[in-house]
Amino acid sequence: MIPAAFDYVRASSIDEAVATLAEHGDEAKVLAGGHSLLPLMKLRLAFPAVLVDVGRVTDLKGVREDGDSLVIGAATTHHDVVHDDLVRNHCGILAEVTELIGDPQVRHRGTFGGAIAHGDAAGDLPAAVLALDAELVVQGPDGRRTVPAADFFVDYLETALAPEEVLVEARIPKLGPGWGWRYEKFNRVAQAWAIVGSCALVRRDNGSIAEARVGLTHMGSVPFRAAATERALAGADAGAVADAAQQADEGTDPPSDHNADPEYRRHLARVLTRRALEGALGA
Amino acid sequence: MADLAEPLAKPIGAALPRKEDARLVTGRTRWTDNLQLPGMLHVALLRSPVAHARIAAIDVSRARERPGVVAAFTGADLAAEWASGLPSAWTVTEDMVAPDHFPVATDEVRYVGDAVAVVVARDRYTAADALEAIEVSYEALPVVMDMEEALRDEALVHADAGTNRCYLYSYTNGDIDRAFDDADVVLKRRYIQQRLLPTAIETRAVVVEPLGTANQYTLHSSTQVPHFVRVFCSLVTGVPEQQLRVVAPDVGGGFGSKLDVYAEEALLLALARRLGRPLKWTESRTENYQATIHGRDLIQDIEIAATGAGEVLGLRVDLKADMGAYLQLLTPSIPLLGRYMYPGIYKFRAHAFACTGVFTNKTPTDAYRGAGRPEATYAIERIMDDLAAELGMDPIALRRRNWIAHEEFPYETIAGLTYDSGNYEAATERALELLGYDALRREQAERRERGDRVQLGIGVSTYTEMCGLAPTRWLAETGYIAGGWEAATVRVTPLGKVEVLAGTASHGQGHATAFSQIAAERLGVPFEDVEVLYGDTAIVPWGLDTYGSRSLTVGGIAIHRACDRVVDKARRIAAHLLEASEDDLEFVDGTFRVRGSPETAVTIQALGLAAFGAHSLPEGVEPNLTADYVLDPEDFSFPHGTHLCAVDVDTETGAVTIRAYVCVDDIGRVVNPLIVEGQVHGGVAQGIGQALFEEAIYDAAGNLVTTTCIDYYVPGAPDLPSFTTDRTETPATGNPLGVKGVGEAGTIASTPAVVNAVVDALRHFGVDDIVMPASPQRVWRTIQQAQGGASG
Repeated sequence: MIPAAFDYVRASSIDEAVATLAEHGDEAKVLAGGHSLLPLMKLRLAFPAVLVDVGRVTDLKGVREDGDSLVIGAATTHHDVVHDDLVRNHCGILAEVTELIGDPQVRHRGTFGGAIAHGDAAGDLPAAVLALDAELVVQGPDGRRTVPAADFFVDYLETALAPEEVLVEARIPKLGPGWGWRYEKFNRVAQAWAIVGSCALVRRDNGSIAEARVGLTHMGSVPFRAAATERALAGADAGAVADAAQQADEGTDPPSDHNADPEYRRHLARVLTRRALEGALGA
Repeated sequence: MADLAEPLAKPIGAALPRKEDARLVTGRTRWTDNLQLPGMLHVALLRSPVAHARIAAIDVSRARERPGVVAAFTGADLAAEWASGLPSAWTVTEDMVAPDHFPVATDEVRYVGDAVAVVVARDRYTAADALEAIEVSYEALPVVMDMEEALRDEALVHADAGTNRCYLYSYTNGDIDRAFDDADVVLKRRYIQQRLLPTAIETRAVVVEPLGTANQYTLHSSTQVPHFVRVFCSLVTGVPEQQLRVVAPDVGGGFGSKLDVYAEEALLLALARRLGRPLKWTESRTENYQATIHGRDLIQDIEIAATGAGEVLGLRVDLKADMGAYLQLLTPSIPLLGRYMYPGIYKFRAHAFACTGVFTNKTPTDAYRGAGRPEATYAIERIMDDLAAELGMDPIALRRRNWIAHEEFPYETIAGLTYDSGNYEAATERALELLGYDALRREQAERRERGDRVQLGIGVSTYTEMCGLAPTRWLAETGYIAGGWEAATVRVTPLGKVEVLAGTASHGQGHATAFSQIAAERLGVPFEDVEVLYGDTAIVPWGLDTYGSRSLTVGGIAIHRACDRVVDKARRIAAHLLEASEDDLEFVDGTFRVRGSPETAVTIQALGLAAFGAHSLPEGVEPNLTADYVLDPEDFSFPHGTHLCAVDVDTETGAVTIRAYVCVDDIGRVVNPLIVEGQVHGGVAQGIGQALFEEAIYDAAGNLVTTTCIDYYVPGAPDLPSFTTDRTETPATGNPLGVKGVGEAGTIASTPAVVNAVVDALRHFGVDDIVMPASPQRVWRTIQQAQGGASG
């Protein structure tokens, strides 16, 4: 529980953070709320030589609108996301998901971008931004680029972020009228990671389901979309949910741990997806 | 709430906020880790990463060369420091195997976490980093993790012992064979008490300060038992007892895990002697989980015999108890303390009990909140519910049929205890009413009938327990090295305040408040005028510390008795000053008055100055107003109660949600209802932790998998329901206050209530047991298996 020695740099701007990262390469890690990184360091599972603290970079904080998108700064705390009116009005699912992360202390320190950049498939936000078709804006020494959420999560704790890049913000299409949503998180104790989570977004049109998107938490080394379920629901009516949810685990690769073996995880994914869809449909 | 500005007419029974709390909750505390001493060095221990191995080679020289490192030692380097091994204080059978156990291993490691080397450095970080420079070569030895496998003695934890069996203890009372021959129904069950990790918020910490050239040492430790630590650290290190002071400063929880004398306490004392420097060691959470004792870990084979009408006849219990790799202070005795409680509150004709202590390559076990009694209560209360189901009886009706009726006390149980008092009927009636038992049973039937996805279960636990862990004669008969008495000193100071020196050591219980209430009432002085001192062998040299719900029932009564002696002495001085006969004085609300002449009076507080000035004392009266009392109780006390739990079980996911939890406890007379509420809430939460959440998991190679609070689930407030608590009050007959103790009741009662509820919800699927903790996966799989192995 004693981390290895490290140097600490407090960045005052995104440019400074990127420059510091570029200087140290993969020896350096970005520190925001620290709620994922510091536990790993204390267990000596991670031992970066340099921590680049972006917690005071104001350009990374806050929520704004940009046309049909909502833009959330990476260093916005979970608490601020949960209580943001723009989030609540245009992307209520994010408030619902974020409110289930950790405990109040974690939500006051932990950040939206940190939880995504950490790339933990057991985290709640990766599946949510995947289901939301978010775009992630990252900045490196050569400027900014935009990565679709579908391409961002590469492997266990591994993302499309290069060592010298900083996640700046997420651009999320607003959920307009007709959308319903529900996140079903299943865990052992309130502050624990999800054993499995299912984040469902459904747009209804004239009584049938125009579009359904489902993001799955902790069903593999990366968050998954329940693609077969989504296909089965396109254009269907609400009565199709139960059968469609039976395909929720298709294409996933669930891990085994002392909370759940793969068979149980698959079962949970199907059950939770059905419940999330029913919730999203207001059933 | 009582107004603190006014002296209380009746301090005992008042719901006073704890006088400790303002300081504790605002951080004005003195945890051991907060101590900063000039020139203090920091200690880190290298612990074995393998469960069983010979240390083929070990080299600390590279660690010594690190900047900031002052010293580094192997176990062999320190071997000459030990006058004896670490203590095992309870010899439960004559032929019990008690292997040598030294603070740092020399040639063999026997569990993951066994210390092999130590580094002393200028700061904690340097010490931790230097551990990585120590080179150890381990030659693997066979690992044995499973108790039944261990008993085949194929792989030995201690090769010298020639066996993994620590002891076999047995007890029989009544004609057990006949009881089973006469039975219409015999049920046999195997229950598993999983291994638990005590999780005090404050991990262990030790600071040792050598005092100049006088060869004196002050050892600060986050311990429940400073007096034990002083005696045994003196024996282990050879530091003379009179030169060793042990202080337990503020201690942030223990739950039995700090009722021990640990390697690190002896080690820091020996290192301080060797280096002449103040030293500190603070345990990390992962070390805490590997190197602090674990709780429970029993295989319980239990068999009950009954008539078809539901009269219980006989009870057979056969335990296997995991000792871990070594014996800590009380390790072998814990399952045997439970042995008295297997018959519970029921009238059995015969009882047979056996327990085999088994060594495995795991962290040693020892006392964990309840220490044997939760395990026993779990087994009897679980099998009573199963028997009720077998007989088609309501579980309450079966208990009613068999429990000791209130008019039958005192009652000698088949386990050899005499319960002095109790009223199981009253507590149960109240609990049933508070839960709305009948209405819930109707709802349960409807939901079963409908085949609801979420099924309702109701669990019952009508428990009793034995508190105090005294008398000494009983402890001596069972092979325990120490006594069960407790000491108190009460003194009235020159300015009329009161100091209470308590031999118990609080680690969260609220002794300062409760003991102040006792002294305030008996002496008739304001609550605020009483100060309670404890936890420092220089201030309170005589005591046996805190465990087994003994602080109030033994220590509190010792304080009460010492107050009696202070009043007696004060009466002599008062009579002298008032020029009256002692017999003519009455003592009311802290004032001695001459009967019939009420203006001729003196307060006991004013007598403090009279004793101090000592200008006019009666012949032969020594100038102080102080009294000691050492109390050795005649018997245990026996709290009891009825806990009821209603759960919703989601049969689709296996998730268990506690919908209602009702407890009606009878702990005798209550000194402070707020403290009692806190103890009950915390205890119930801890018992629910065992039922639903907590489990130490090892892999086959002997690695503890649950090494942080990320993996080991201690439930928090969001995971628990709002508890409904109430009390009945049947005073204990064995002490003048009628108190029984409450520190462990919630933990003892709640685990079976919750598991019974989960099983009850699923009984119609053919489920008759759920292995603890009843995690969602386990519940789901149990349902799948009961339904014929189909998976969803």
